[in-house]
Amino acid sequence: MSALTAASASPSSMPLNPNPYGLKPNEVSSGTTIMAVPYPGGVVLGADSRVSTGTYVANRASDKIAQLTDRIFCCRSGSAADTQALTDYVKHYLQQWEVEAGRPATVKVAAHLMRKICYQNKDNLSAGVIVGGWDPVDGGTVYNIPLGGTCIQMSCAVGGSGSTYIYGLTDALHKPDMTKAEALAFVKKAISHAMARDGSSGGIIRTAVVEEAGVEREYIPGDQLPYGP
Amino acid sequence: FSKGKKKKEEIRMASAGAGYDLSPTTFSPDGRIFQVSYAQKSVSTSGTSLGILCSDGVVLACEKLKNSKMLLPSSGRRLHSVGAGYGCAVTGFASDGRQIVNRAREEVSSYKDTYGILPPPSVLADRLGHYVHYFTLHGALRPFGATATVASYDSDMKECKLHQIDPSGTCHSYYAC
Repeated sequence: MSALTAASASPSSMPLNPNPYGLKPNEVSSGTTIMAVPYPGGVVLGADSRVSTGTYVANRASDKIAQLTDRIFCCRSGSAADTQALTDYVKHYLQQWEVEAGRPATVKVAAHLMRKICYQNKDNLSAGVIVGGWDPVDGGTVYNIPLGGTCIQMSCAVGGSGSTYIYGLTDALHKPDMTKAEALAFVKKAISHAMARDGSSGGIIRTAVVEEAGVEREYIPGDQLPYGP
Repeated sequence: FSKGKKKKEEIRMASAGAGYDLSPTTFSPDGRIFQVSYAQKSVSTSGTSLGILCSDGVVLACEKLKNSKMLLPSSGRRLHSVGAGYGCAVTGFASDGRQIVNRAREEVSSYKDTYGILPPPSVLADRLGHYVHYFTLHGALRPFGATATVASYDSDMKECKLHQIDPSGTCHSYYAC
């Protein structure tokens, strides 16, 4: 509000923020575009592959889709260190859960564990995660867990810095009960558009299709994106 | 000749415990923990409880022995509810049974808080088994003089289960017990 009313402020007199992403010194961020869409019978997860430290691209082909159990995955955005630690913890707790319960974990349990850790450590974490997978109880489900630790089940979840550029596109293109092929094409298209506009997203598009029968992982090279550059 | 002598000794030990029955941390020479057996005995001398697993649910029933005609019928509850979806019948010492039920309620609550769902029947029963078992190997504690019969509904698998935890801490799943 004060910025709008300060009519005398000119671009040269307003200081630039040297750390727009709130990164600690030398911290690596997956400024990212991640996405997950459930369809009847499974889930499609997608992500870009750029990992940046400020303007330097630390890794141009990273894998931001992490596996938590046989049929549950999570897309990671925000601090790479924080999300890797989170993924390790949740993977560990889910393994223990499966041993005790004697059956495969459900996506709901995975999402709840992820959310609990994110919420309880919200002051020290910078992590936005999308948990998606298939289980025999609820079928294909997706939970979006942004900064702060809310957990919302969604029929189309996007996250990361690039997601802001494609909210309109996903709202327009998403329809309920898409087929596997439609959902996959939708994810690839949306992430391409985000990568075209977001400086922190780029590289290749990695996808994972998770259903009862198994998991298919593939990637689209940077020169074959549905929408480029 | 020597076999006959041994048999006499064994009979004597079995009936008296002969010093191996003073603490749950002592085994007898024939491999038993007498304190646990005595606890099981105290259960078998109390009012009966019964559980039957059916295709569409579980039935739990308890025989409630009234000590006095002046006792309010609603008092002395032996059938307890443990959160939504679980019920527990206790046999043996009512006070010991109450402790097991309280623990079951805490387990359900903490499980829900950690994992977001109610514990699967086998998990709750297993945890109660662990709890009851702990009291059979700590020197300063005595075993529970109660058996808990737990009826549960698993909303994920859409099925009912019946478990029983006895004073030794063993936990089994039953069709009827």
